[in-house]
Amino acid sequence: MSTTSSYGFRPTRLFTALIMLAIVIAALYIGFDLLRAQAVPERTDALAKFAQSVFDNATPAGKLINGIFAILLGVGGMAALFWAANGVVEELPETPKRWLLPYVFVGPMAVLLIFLYIIPTIRTVILSFYDRDGEIFVGLQNYIDTFTVSDMWDSFRNTILWIVLGTFFCVSLGLLIATLADRSKFETVARAIVFMPMAISFVGAAVIFRFIYYYAPEGSNQIGLLNAIVTTLGGEPQAWLQYNQPWNNLWLIIVVVWMQTGFCMVIFSAALKGVPEELLEAGRIDGATELRIFFNILLPYIWGTIVTVTTTIIIFMLKIFDLVMGMTGGQFSTEVIGTQFYRQLFANRNIGWGAAIATLLLIAVIPVMAYNLRQLAQNRK
Amino acid sequence: MKSYSRNKRTSSLIVNISLALICFLWILPTIGLLVSSFRTSRAIAESGWWYILPHQAWVKISEMPAPTGTDPDKPITIEGVSATFEQFRAGVEANGKRLKWEGNRRLGTIFVEEQRWTMDTRFTLDNYRAVILGDQFQEKQADGTSRQIQGNDIGPSMINTAVVAIPSTILPILIAAFAAYAFSWMNFIGRKILFVAVVALLVVPLQVAMVPILRDFARLEINGSYLAVWLAHVTFGLPLATYLLYNYISQLPRETMEAAYIDGASHFTTFTRLVLPLSVPALASFAIFQFIWVWNDFLVSLIFLGPSGNLRVMTARLTDMIGSRGQDWHYLTAGAFVTMLVPLIVFFSMQRYFIRGLLAGSVKG
Repeated sequence: MSTTSSYGFRPTRLFTALIMLAIVIAALYIGFDLLRAQAVPERTDALAKFAQSVFDNATPAGKLINGIFAILLGVGGMAALFWAANGVVEELPETPKRWLLPYVFVGPMAVLLIFLYIIPTIRTVILSFYDRDGEIFVGLQNYIDTFTVSDMWDSFRNTILWIVLGTFFCVSLGLLIATLADRSKFETVARAIVFMPMAISFVGAAVIFRFIYYYAPEGSNQIGLLNAIVTTLGGEPQAWLQYNQPWNNLWLIIVVVWMQTGFCMVIFSAALKGVPEELLEAGRIDGATELRIFFNILLPYIWGTIVTVTTTIIIFMLKIFDLVMGMTGGQFSTEVIGTQFYRQLFANRNIGWGAAIATLLLIAVIPVMAYNLRQLAQNRK
Repeated sequence: MKSYSRNKRTSSLIVNISLALICFLWILPTIGLLVSSFRTSRAIAESGWWYILPHQAWVKISEMPAPTGTDPDKPITIEGVSATFEQFRAGVEANGKRLKWEGNRRLGTIFVEEQRWTMDTRFTLDNYRAVILGDQFQEKQADGTSRQIQGNDIGPSMINTAVVAIPSTILPILIAAFAAYAFSWMNFIGRKILFVAVVALLVVPLQVAMVPILRDFARLEINGSYLAVWLAHVTFGLPLATYLLYNYISQLPRETMEAAYIDGASHFTTFTRLVLPLSVPALASFAIFQFIWVWNDFLVSLIFLGPSGNLRVMTARLTDMIGSRGQDWHYLTAGAFVTMLVPLIVFFSMQRYFIRGLLAGSVKG
């Protein structure tokens, strides 16, 4: 193990370490500029020309070279930066070293969180009081607009539908399946099957369920599963995603319930395992039915977990975006807050509105944030 | 006691049956996708994917030339069955057989069909070839002709997804592990407030930070490059990574750490030689979680890499296909399955770690 620190302060070694750090930073800068140059085709300097000729992204081979280079640069560069920065601080005299070393360790995280998360969040709140280009102060106008325009109302209503129905179905189905699985020999298989959709992307899930909901006019082959079932039972085929607004949102919510129930189930399963067996036996000996045991013993015991899972799912439903884009693209009044954020920002190029919608999302999670921070303060004590 | 155990047996039967039913419902959508992705476009257009199961259907047992020069106004008689041309087109049933007129009125063929048990086995790998590669190829149409089709190019966008996902998984772990070590075993000014920030950011939707970041990145001219997506993914993954790894690293036995310091090990050596190897379970849990999340992400790469162009990721490409090939189920299902392949492999091979990561993360609320 390295014991450099015990040799005391040596200026020449510090100088070498500084040179190393400078080399790493310079190499990182050049490497990143190579990556960046590809995104700016109008650049004509030597570096950009080199990047554009070596990393020809139009061919799979060039793409592969570029990809490997990028991965090595990103991962290796960060590791080298930690190593070199530590090298410099290690060569400092004892007191400044003890002061500075923690910031080598925590620094990159702090810099990223402050400059790419905390400050932007504050700036978003400020931007929400400015006009569509983010230049003229308009006060509360963006908020007034978002609350008075009718398609925004649609998306507020739909997001509430998502939060209420989606969360309810995810949590209750997850609890049901976890309870069933807990009493079955096939627990592992059942859990893997219900959990699997979590590994599928929203866009992939959108394809799966668009196919299930697929509508062909009456009389033609119903290749969509749902309409095939409906017509076999003697009903008329339906365009599920388009008619019966706003309840067509339900067909989208079902997809996310299919994907997220596994998450709830896994967490509830673990919580149920923590319920002491004696408690359940005592209930059974007293002659309580399984239903009563569930409601009077299990449910109160895991109530804390239920609250945690419910808030996690609510926050998740609040941010729904990909699935709606994949299923309907927001048509047929299925727009939600997440898609409106994207639409206002990009399709309408309205920064003020985009920021206002994002701020509303922030306000919605503040109670949960406050609760978490209070928990943290209590744990500290 | 006897009735108790019988009750127990019936209730466990009910439990297992309902569980089996739920599992069947849960796996059905994915099976439908998988089966359809291997069926020919013609098979998909003609029948639902469940027709690959044994079912009763009309199967052709013989054929004969259709009668010619028939009177358009009068019923036609074939094999002792009289019906109009339109009825024959749709198929006329008689004595357990069905006569069906294929082709047009003047030049047709009569198919004699019988109800038989059959399976639809028109499978192909062409869908995958057409979806993964980007070159031109011939595709047989439902009507028998073929047409030139441009491939869907998902293969190259898979490389893009990998280049986005691998650093976006490793970097937050690296950065967060260093930070978690500092939070656990070092004293510094700002430690408390930084940790409070980490916990607070756990629930902040990433959309909230996106607008200003996008403007900054535009100024730095890095929008549309991997750099921009990495920075975004790494930052958005950091709060959870730091929180999870802190919970783990701060629980490592104090004596082990102190023994290392007494041996003269620097913090850096202790971290790389001792803490990182000991934290592998926690690192793996977060890695799988983050990898699947980034691989499946659509919003972040859509915003920072753009909806088109050479670097776009698989989810963006697939969304594009939903728009442009919305009815071509043979392509869409194959494309969707290609995008799902890697996360599913990761998921099934490392499910245990994935679940552990979820459990640790669920504490966050």
